[in-house]
Amino acid sequence: MARDSQAALVALNRFGFGPRGGASGDLVNAASDPRGFVKAELARPSGVLLEAPGLQSTPQLGQAVFAYQDQVKQAREAAKTAAPAEAPAPQPPADQKPENQLRRNLSLNTVANEIAGQQMADPKQSDAAMKPDGAQPNAAAPAAAKPAQPLNVIQKTFRAEALARLQRAMLVDCGFTERLVVFWSNHFCISASKGELARIWAGAFEREAIRPHVLGRFADMLKAVEQHPAMLFFLDNQQSLGPDSRAGQNRKRGLNENLAREIMELHTLGVGGGYTQEDVTSLARIITGWTFAGRQGQLGAPGSFVFNANAHQPGPQRLLGKTYESGGLAQGEAALADIARHPSTANFIATKFVRHFVADDPPPALVARLRDVFVKTDGDLKALATALVESDEAWKAPLTKMRSPYDFLIATGRLLARVPEDPGLYLNSLNLLGQPLWAPAGPNGFPDTAAAWAAPEGLKLRLDIASQMGARLGPNIDPLDLLEFAAADAASVETRKTIERAESRQQALALLLMSPELQRR
Amino acid sequence: MIDCVENRLLTSRRGLLLAGASFAAWAYLPKFARAADGRDPRLVVVILRGALDGLATVAPIGDPDYAGLHGSIALAANGAHPALMLDAFFGLHPSMPEFARMYRAQHAAVVHAVSTPYRDRSHFDGQDVLESGYAGPGRVQSGWLNRALEALPRGERVSSGLAVGPTTPLVLRGNAPTVGWAPVALPQADEDTAMRLVDLYRHRDPALASALTQGLQLEKAASGDDMKPKPGNQVAQMRQVARGAAKLMAADDGPRIAALAFDGWDTHANEGGPVGRLAFLLGGLDGALAEFESGLGDRWRDTVVLVATEFGRTARINGTDGTDHGTGTIALLAGGAVKGGRVISDWPGLKPANLYEARDLKPTTDLRSVIKGVLQGQFGLSDQVLAQTVFPDSAGARPMKGLVA
Repeated sequence: MARDSQAALVALNRFGFGPRGGASGDLVNAASDPRGFVKAELARPSGVLLEAPGLQSTPQLGQAVFAYQDQVKQAREAAKTAAPAEAPAPQPPADQKPENQLRRNLSLNTVANEIAGQQMADPKQSDAAMKPDGAQPNAAAPAAAKPAQPLNVIQKTFRAEALARLQRAMLVDCGFTERLVVFWSNHFCISASKGELARIWAGAFEREAIRPHVLGRFADMLKAVEQHPAMLFFLDNQQSLGPDSRAGQNRKRGLNENLAREIMELHTLGVGGGYTQEDVTSLARIITGWTFAGRQGQLGAPGSFVFNANAHQPGPQRLLGKTYESGGLAQGEAALADIARHPSTANFIATKFVRHFVADDPPPALVARLRDVFVKTDGDLKALATALVESDEAWKAPLTKMRSPYDFLIATGRLLARVPEDPGLYLNSLNLLGQPLWAPAGPNGFPDTAAAWAAPEGLKLRLDIASQMGARLGPNIDPLDLLEFAAADAASVETRKTIERAESRQQALALLLMSPELQRR
Repeated sequence: MIDCVENRLLTSRRGLLLAGASFAAWAYLPKFARAADGRDPRLVVVILRGALDGLATVAPIGDPDYAGLHGSIALAANGAHPALMLDAFFGLHPSMPEFARMYRAQHAAVVHAVSTPYRDRSHFDGQDVLESGYAGPGRVQSGWLNRALEALPRGERVSSGLAVGPTTPLVLRGNAPTVGWAPVALPQADEDTAMRLVDLYRHRDPALASALTQGLQLEKAASGDDMKPKPGNQVAQMRQVARGAAKLMAADDGPRIAALAFDGWDTHANEGGPVGRLAFLLGGLDGALAEFESGLGDRWRDTVVLVATEFGRTARINGTDGTDHGTGTIALLAGGAVKGGRVISDWPGLKPANLYEARDLKPTTDLRSVIKGVLQGQFGLSDQVLAQTVFPDSAGARPMKGLVA
């Protein structure tokens, strides 16, 4: 065991979410057969799926949003007709403008409101946050400012989806497949801050479009993603109309090339992958009509993917040197299938994959090998993951990557053997650390370099969070036992000494959570 | 020996931290020296990520083709929400009254039909070019603002760059020491824990040691009476970030140079005209500029705030009342040091033949010339340094003269 502790750290930290505390024996198991420990999860593709009681399908959730929006509208109209004379009275005039802005912002940036709604306790009450019952920021928020408001269906769903994902990450053995889910989900990201539909769909999108294909084929994942209502909404394709389509002619509206561009730039070929502005416009035309049924359900069940032939640009299109005959939905599906097996796609995916798991500057030989695997297996993502685990480079490269805030929080929860029953603490912490769940700032997702996550402010905030955890949980934990679970004899002498010499168990736990052994992967 | 020196530093720094929040505590900062002419220049670079629609922000209302191209979202000189006319030709978006006021006081200027040398339409490559200062994408090790810092004489006017936000923007990344700050609402780790961790990092992970040290110092310096974030919307957050940065920069020994980024300008659909989504964001930007003005107080006199974006958007609105990725756009300058009250533009016109690739506002001014003009005016960097180090291989883009009063 002694000799393999370092390999066990690679298995658990580079590929997984870190060892679980308690009686898991993760570190010992990983040390006895590091590669086998990682690969074991790949043999259980159904284990990637996520089903939990209460989690609903995308159409069901879309319908819930439509119903909720109708309710809000009715309530607003009822209030307007009921008490027009009273309206100015409840608020001082000075407050009216910001209020209006806040409301308008709701669909624009729900994240801001999410943060606002779940604000951490008032700084003056920081003592309260140290106590066990102050541990839940959500519990403290209403007391600090406004009267408690029940969560609406969108917030409830988002939290339920988040909780299911967090709990899964806490319970899996190594966490390699969950790390793959996070990788692909970030590769094909949407942002919950786009609006209410995106927020309620964020979790379902990952369950429906990402998870079934994480150990399947890239082309299938690509199709599932680009046809998912959440992606069509996020990148505006439901608004894009073929200029010569019947709908385009009637409504005098036309193309929106947002989704088409990001498919090529971010999802498949990559910048410099050999496409032109003409190709972007062509693909935009090809995928006109890819949309989801609205609240009236004229095209299908509200909130489900539909192909709207009325909005589809008629005629053949030339894309990346090939002509795609008009064929409705099939035209776009054929185009996506070709893009998925384009050599640039293989190269782009292999590079990004190695950068995520191994090093900011991915070893070229490893990238080349994974690219070849991708090409030869026609984008078999399980083969891609297996090739990564079987490469010597992935085991020899020093642990220079920095855990993302999400990785850090999950690793911490696992080590402390705490399965959350409320996602609030995690969601707040992720917001603070600059990685709000399912809500990156742009369609390129969260950054994936050590520099991005080792920035001064981010690191200071991690320390504040670790310190809070230490304060709350430290009294009941032997930090040296925890170090055994976390790193055993792979821990550095300095880390061990720092923990041994800490002035309290609370401090020792904070220092352990912040040690290079827990931060690097 | 080394151990001894480190311990002393550690002890003295800890003592200072415990004594209170002050930038003066920064041992590693060069001593600030006021120049003989009494000027104390400051520069804030604001990056708008997502590509700002320059034609919607400073609208060429006098151009006969503008209204047709920008269609339903075009600004007009009259109507319910008239543009704030900057001259007979250009109108400012009505949600930017603060900038208009600064403009009238000759403390704000617009550069129109501007772009970086980047000519494709990827946000991320475009941002790399904008921030790295290289002519093409793929150079992401350092940014032009950091290299400008490096070229300044140490221990003189500019001490260190300030990166506002949870991560350092590329424009300020590089060899010159920078520090970062972002608003927080969290009980803080105590100093003893922090110092022990810094000590561990020093032995095991120098990169983390350096990052954490900077994070600790900045938080100290920025925390004050009203620096805790309050529940609020995006606009409030933009103002809050600006207020905190201004507070740090107003200190006698605070950083002279800061960079921050605002996201969300990628208005593909339902961009809105005088009111709507873009209007909302521009209101936030306008508020942030006002926060810098009030927060910097007397220092505003010597300040330039430069607002830039990676590229512009299509001249013609798309099929969804928005605009797609384009080329030419605007840069904004605000601050007491700006020779303002002008829209600087070699206007290319919006006739179909004059558009870049028949779709975008054609860039007639290299953004690097504007930035060079600001850096030269504020900090006296030479043509040669600007053309070789700050913006490598950019001799063709001459510094624009007379931007700084």
